[in-house]
Amino acid sequence: MTEPIIQMKNIEKHFGSVIALAGVSVDVHPGECHCLLGDNGAGKSTFIKTMSGVHKPTHGEIYFEGAPLHFNDPRDAIAAGIATVHQHLAMIPLMSVSRNFFMGNEPIRKVGPLKLFDHDYANRVTMDEMRKMGINLRGPDQAVGTLSGGERQTVAIARAVHFGAKVLILDEPTSALGVRQTANVLATIDKVRKQGIAVVFITHNVRHALAVGDQFTVLNRGKTLGTAKRGEISPDELQDLMAGGQEMATLEGSLGGTV
Amino acid sequence: MSDATTSGVDERIKQQSRLRRALIRPELGGICGTIIVFLLFFIFAGDSGMFNAQGVMNWSVVSAQFMIIAVGACLLMIAGEFDLSVGSMIGFSGMMIAIFGVTLGWPIWMAITVTFVIALAIGWLNGIIVVRTGLPSFIVTLAFLFILRGFTIFLPQVIERKTIIGGIRDASEGDWMGALFGGKILGGVFTWMGEAGIIAVFERGTRAGQPVVDGVPMLIVWALVLVILGHILLTRTQFGNWIFASGGDAEAARNSGVPVNRVKISMFMLTAFCATVFATCQVMEFGSAGADRGLLKEFEAIIAVVIGGALLTGGYGSVIGAALGALIFGVVQQGLFFAGVESSLFRVFLGVILLGAVILNTYIRRIITGER
Repeated sequence: MTEPIIQMKNIEKHFGSVIALAGVSVDVHPGECHCLLGDNGAGKSTFIKTMSGVHKPTHGEIYFEGAPLHFNDPRDAIAAGIATVHQHLAMIPLMSVSRNFFMGNEPIRKVGPLKLFDHDYANRVTMDEMRKMGINLRGPDQAVGTLSGGERQTVAIARAVHFGAKVLILDEPTSALGVRQTANVLATIDKVRKQGIAVVFITHNVRHALAVGDQFTVLNRGKTLGTAKRGEISPDELQDLMAGGQEMATLEGSLGGTV
Repeated sequence: MSDATTSGVDERIKQQSRLRRALIRPELGGICGTIIVFLLFFIFAGDSGMFNAQGVMNWSVVSAQFMIIAVGACLLMIAGEFDLSVGSMIGFSGMMIAIFGVTLGWPIWMAITVTFVIALAIGWLNGIIVVRTGLPSFIVTLAFLFILRGFTIFLPQVIERKTIIGGIRDASEGDWMGALFGGKILGGVFTWMGEAGIIAVFERGTRAGQPVVDGVPMLIVWALVLVILGHILLTRTQFGNWIFASGGDAEAARNSGVPVNRVKISMFMLTAFCATVFATCQVMEFGSAGADRGLLKEFEAIIAVVIGGALLTGGYGSVIGAALGALIFGVVQQGLFFAGVESSLFRVFLGVILLGAVILNTYIRRIITGER
């Protein structure tokens, strides 16, 4: 077992009188995909926003590579190597894939006093990185707007990996995708994990989680119901944990076990 | 992984036709328009003197004026904002130069420099208000359209009891910065061309034997330099990528670490700079500053930019396209005169071409973003 790269200990987060997180602990290991499951409103988003520096925890500690960590804003988290790929991707449809890939981190080629955008380098790297992820672009100047949702997710993931992410947080990357595209994104997660990067995969789809997950943490109403390793838990048990058990069992009965 | 992605070719991607690829270049509309406009005027006004040395210089100067303000408006529009105060800024800057240089008697280089500083400060103010309040730039700069125009009329009336201040030509005599905006270059080349019989020379009068065109006005030099620098900035630099990103989706750009506010503010300042270059050249050429200078120029700049393929919503466009838009503008405006067409029809043409260009651009955006 490797040392965890990021440890969240007893994280609590209160928004006024609302307790969004009531003591959640999670360890994330490099080279593993840690699935964070939970129904809507379970506190998944609040939890990863705490991890990525958007929120400060009300109580609790975060350890990154063994040392306690205090992020002031998301930039600190990004600088430390914690990258988040949001549901609303930081991608601009009108711009080319390579311009998007290097947005904010443009490669510079100096010509005298001029700092020029090194298009050759950017195009080459973009094509290479996308090929590694299994996507063949028509060309690096193809606009992101022409890519499918799954391909855009993959561009965003490839970009985060290229710029040195150690922990990759994916916020429901498969929620709006078709079957084929979902498979592509899950395959991308697998590739990223094999490069030794810790992946935190947020989803409310048990089957997507089981397809790539090494560990599973279920959140319910701001609390964790424990972390399970791959093989220790069945899909049905996960589903029940997420929905809070009782009601789901009754519902499932009436729907003939199809949920 | 699936076969389609490992075999290298996705069978669902149709081979794009050359035409469709060309279509998504923002300059396409501008290039086609330029060719059409020149062809039409060659046919209908080819023998009217429009394409002799004097005629060419005539529409080149008008086009260059449009180009100067179009460069600023173009980059600002790609960064996702408008500036409706360009025309008022032209009047205001010109008036400032006249007040400093003539009324206060400062040397012209100082008058021009101080005016540029004031103009950049106003551009910065426009920008900071837009990014801080999050208000549409349409409203903020509309306010400045009236504020600046008001001052342009008020100040000379209070100071000089008139709305036109003259005497700038005398004041700028021998001033190097005055020459930088109002001078002409390549005079020798034109003299030689006149002597060699390539261009016409004056037949009589005090200037007999001199060529009818005695040099390239600095206005045209400024236009070309601004277009080239603007194009390099936009397409070849890191900052250019930030301009596209800020206009394409400010939030996404911010998430990726692009200093969106800084980009937008500097583009407002660039627009003010371009307006002041225009004003300075105009003041040097006319020798006077008038309170009504630059009326409606903001819309003419925006029209040139849109004809050049930029999207009103930002994130897409081209400086070269905007320059071609300005060229079309200048050629048609002057060409109608050469062709003997009633000049009021120019406005009809403007409206029609603007509508056509916007419809074409919307269609092009659908192609780029893959919407149907």
